[in-house]
Amino acid sequence: MTPAMSDLSVGSIVAEANFALTRDSLVHYAGASGDFNPIHYRDDVAQSVGLSGVLAHGMLTMGLAVQPVVDWAGDPARVIDYQVRFTRPVFVDATAGATVTVVAKVGALDLEATVARIDLVVTFNGATVLGKAQARVNLA
Amino acid sequence: MSVNPELQGRVFPPVAPYLVGREKVREFSRAVFATNPINHDPEAARAAGHTDVVAPPTFAVVVQEATLAQLLAEPDGGIDFTRVVHGDQRFTFTRPIVAGDELTATLAVTSIKTLGGHSMVTAESTIVDASGAHVVTAISTLVVRGDE
Repeated sequence: MTPAMSDLSVGSIVAEANFALTRDSLVHYAGASGDFNPIHYRDDVAQSVGLSGVLAHGMLTMGLAVQPVVDWAGDPARVIDYQVRFTRPVFVDATAGATVTVVAKVGALDLEATVARIDLVVTFNGATVLGKAQARVNLA
Repeated sequence: MSVNPELQGRVFPPVAPYLVGREKVREFSRAVFATNPINHDPEAARAAGHTDVVAPPTFAVVVQEATLAQLLAEPDGGIDFTRVVHGDQRFTFTRPIVAGDELTATLAVTSIKTLGGHSMVTAESTIVDASGAHVVTAISTLVVRGDE
């Protein structure tokens, strides 16, 4: 079940996924996380602070982006370190929603510690929305 | 008002303990599109060696949140909530968060930098379980935009 370190090579893709976000997704995340900032559900408030409209919580994007890695690793407990930089907003249209694409590649292998660094390329509308998105995965 | 540079190095009192509920883990899991059975099904979690359902990696932000609220409310902090943008986020685990955990978070401001009129505040929340053992450290860098 658990991927073997010896089968991995730096640069190879281990998981890919698309996530279709809607305004419902944002309301659901607001409730689950307790982050009720209205820029995530009210266009008028988002526009009043200079945004073109409602955007996804950065922590929602961060949270879903690691899921393909969790499923590849087989257990959420295998993710021992996860970091991102929020570089661009994900605007979620009221009718069309937004599709976030995740490609997970092997970034580095620490054979001694049996830890793989998985680098995530997370894009929306053809541009990356997270920088330095890296999950360290314990494959021991 | 700008960010008070004297915040650097400040350690805040621990926030009230957070009891991790199984249904909260499931709700949060659904919200972040986590479909792994170990996030939802206690039997699957136990079969994998856990005591109960395992929270997704970013669930730690829910526990961290109260510490960031402390930081934003600090009377001499000078952090204007309406100018704050989330810059970076990191979670470093000793072990995963599992339903039933009673977690206590303590915030320390580890760095304040000024860059082109903006301030970058790095806040580190150390989260321990009921026995005091480390579970996860949540590190946020908040960008506080300067006056335009």
